[in-house]
Amino acid sequence: MKFKLATLLCGAALATTGVQAQDVKMADTLTLVSWGGAYQKSQIKAYSEPYQAMHPDLKIVWDESSAEAVAKLRAMNEAGNITWDLVDVVAADAIRLCDEGLAMEFDADELLLPATDGTPASEDFGDLLVSDCFIPQIVYSTTFGYRTDMVGDTPPTNICDVFDLEKYPGKRSLEKRPINNMEWALLCDGVAKADVYDVLETEEGQTRALAKLDTIKDQVVWWSAGADTPQLLADGEVVMGSTYNGRLFSVIEEQKQPVAMLWDAQVFDLDGWIIPEGLPAEHQARVEDFVKFATDTQRLADQAKYISYGPARNSSAPLVGQHADLGIDMAPHMPTDPANATNTFLYNYTWWADYRDDLDAKFQAWLAQ
Amino acid sequence: MTDATHTPSDGPMLTADGIPLKKSLQIALRRQKLRALVLIAPLLLFVLISFIAPIADMLFRSVENDIVSQTVPRTVIALQSWDYDDGKAAAPDNDVFAALYVDLSEAEEFKTHTRLGSRLNYETTGMSSLMRKTGRGIGRMDTDKYTEQFEALDTKWAEPAVWVVLMEQPGIADALPETASAWKSWQRIVANKGDVLAEEQPDAFIYTTLYRDLVKQPATAIAAYTGAEADLLKFADSAVDGFETVSLKDQFIKMDKDWASPQVWGTIKAFSSPYTAGYFLASVDLQLTPAGIEEQPENQKVYMLLFGRTMFMSMVIMGSCILLGYPIAYLLSNLPLRTSNLLLILVLLPFWTSLLVRTSAWKVLLQQQGVINDVLVWLGLVSEGDRLVMINNQFGTIVAMTHILLPFMILPLYSVMKTIPQTYVRAAKSLGATDWTAFWRVYFPQSVPGIGAGSILVFILSIGYYITPELVGGTTGTFISNRIAYHISSSLNWGLAAALGTILLAVVLLLYWVYDRIVGIDNVSLG
Repeated sequence: MKFKLATLLCGAALATTGVQAQDVKMADTLTLVSWGGAYQKSQIKAYSEPYQAMHPDLKIVWDESSAEAVAKLRAMNEAGNITWDLVDVVAADAIRLCDEGLAMEFDADELLLPATDGTPASEDFGDLLVSDCFIPQIVYSTTFGYRTDMVGDTPPTNICDVFDLEKYPGKRSLEKRPINNMEWALLCDGVAKADVYDVLETEEGQTRALAKLDTIKDQVVWWSAGADTPQLLADGEVVMGSTYNGRLFSVIEEQKQPVAMLWDAQVFDLDGWIIPEGLPAEHQARVEDFVKFATDTQRLADQAKYISYGPARNSSAPLVGQHADLGIDMAPHMPTDPANATNTFLYNYTWWADYRDDLDAKFQAWLAQ
Repeated sequence: MTDATHTPSDGPMLTADGIPLKKSLQIALRRQKLRALVLIAPLLLFVLISFIAPIADMLFRSVENDIVSQTVPRTVIALQSWDYDDGKAAAPDNDVFAALYVDLSEAEEFKTHTRLGSRLNYETTGMSSLMRKTGRGIGRMDTDKYTEQFEALDTKWAEPAVWVVLMEQPGIADALPETASAWKSWQRIVANKGDVLAEEQPDAFIYTTLYRDLVKQPATAIAAYTGAEADLLKFADSAVDGFETVSLKDQFIKMDKDWASPQVWGTIKAFSSPYTAGYFLASVDLQLTPAGIEEQPENQKVYMLLFGRTMFMSMVIMGSCILLGYPIAYLLSNLPLRTSNLLLILVLLPFWTSLLVRTSAWKVLLQQQGVINDVLVWLGLVSEGDRLVMINNQFGTIVAMTHILLPFMILPLYSVMKTIPQTYVRAAKSLGATDWTAFWRVYFPQSVPGIGAGSILVFILSIGYYITPELVGGTTGTFISNRIAYHISSSLNWGLAAALGTILLAVVLLLYWVYDRIVGIDNVSLG
């Protein structure tokens, strides 16, 4: 309580004077955990380099462990030695960490800065604050890319073309987990978008989704790393495949491969920060200061210069400019761009939190058979 | 001879200082043993602390289940009288819900209710959000009606200091058992918030248990209480019968209709003991349900299949390592030292290359648009349309893993073969044996210890392998270790991962024992 009061005061002082309150000394190291690759690079460019410039004495350490963050945080918590200050995770993992008591709960308006026009953070982020522990950064989508030279004169436009082996023969790559695949299967089996999760809740619905996937099962290459599909597309191993839209952007625009996007029924998902529960006061103060900076309107918009993921703040969207190296407009490559978002699907976090264990068991059994 | 004991005939033999020889020997031996023990103590301690203890701790998780009885202790006790009755039973009565109310009020403060939800969600879908939802709603139930009614009776009930005095009286636990128990939770909640007990008005759950105690306890029990504030209590006891009541059961069901489901309660009851066989049952495609042990439905059975596949494929990989490794080791051991050293470096070279690089190289070679298929198409052996599928299946896994594990077969074979004198084979031949007989009857039996050592190494390494099957295994080439990794890092079901790991360890030890019985463990040599 004592400590919370201190941060509250700290926040208040910041809000009124814009000068750091000196009552809690900030740690001089900051350990950030992210995914590595192009995504982490975009964070370094947009967040940590400018922050480093403001605090030259600070030592920032990056750890590429986000894929195992949930398990590692749990192990650290059990050992009573938390060595991470800020961890980048997808929203579903943030919910899990929050449930496990491993991530810190916060008040958005207290921790995060308001938009430049004064809109409080809780409104600026809006619905994207899907958990009490989750600080959203980007909106990304899982969607399909296809080889333009392997689909003939009529490129696919509909998600159900993935299930159409006659029109588009050849292999497809899908992620080796039930999430997204089950939804797409049901959509293409004639279930209305609004009813997907209601149907998937029933035993018959699950059987139906797996039966639909069965129709293409022997033509599927299953991936577990985000880099797989771009590689398979570049090699011509698959005709089409699902992956994160930023990966496809890099295959299309940076590596100039004959690949195009199939935005139809793209599934929106979120990625963001969590602060581990139980940090020492000095680290807590440092992290809160960094997070305030790294999630402000301009910083989130800056990140879109390096990778094609949409900023999580409403107020950042108009500030999205051109790619830092390629010089092309980034807006048309954002999953949230109106032209791309004509038919989108929102991943239902709370539903999957309940059904993930059960459906995963069924999905893996189905895969193994 | 006055001292008869010195004669060997009627007493033990003594040393010069008068101690029996046998005892003296024992002392000397013990001293030697102790010295040996002290010498190995650092290693022993190191192995114990850094290897045995973590493994034992991990294995222990496969049966550990105290989260339920620690998070909702009162509910677990109250549920003892409730019977699942194959799902025909109704949800439990108000007493159980009252216990749950107090338990979850405390759990909500410590954020342990969601952990309980995640744990039980492995068993029954929906427990996770049920707990999350209930945690959010627990502070907003209509039970504040009790608070208001007690306050209306006497404003002293609103004073935290009065509560502290009352609850610290000896004998209060006899008069108000539920309230006294709930008060302990309240103390912990206040302490956790960093507040002072005497300044915080108790939460509605304290008033609820007080009401329940006053209604349930016989008047004599209340009358027997003579400590401080006895009059306040007695007056309340006389008035509670006129109180408006709140059904806790209805309140919970209003929050989430799942609380009316016997399945939910059956799951809590089935997993309420501090140790469970549930994880082990799940590892062998059974499940612990409220109604007892059942088979997993057909569409969820996967672990036995994976165990079988892991064993089978490890055997195949071991076999192909023997087939490929034996001739190489033979060649190496029979070449002049300079040449064989050079070749040995080639065997070791893959060791210095990253595992991921070697696995990815196989992808490039084996995939449908890969090097091998391209060559076959170019040679006209395979038509463009039917390129061979050689990766993302069992075949790809076996090829890649054989390649990766081959040095573990070659090295022990080589070092054993190095010690087999050439003269034996020559002697056999000079006595009239054919090349084959000389090899099979003379050379091969002497190389068996090397095969044994190599096989054990390769087999044990391959059943625990996970990264290569994950990358090139597709759906038919994955191992049980892939599921263990999934449960450790993604689903956080460490109990199930531990149970699967324990079974795997047990199978390895069993096979080791069988090997010892058939071949003999003395017959294994690393050179």
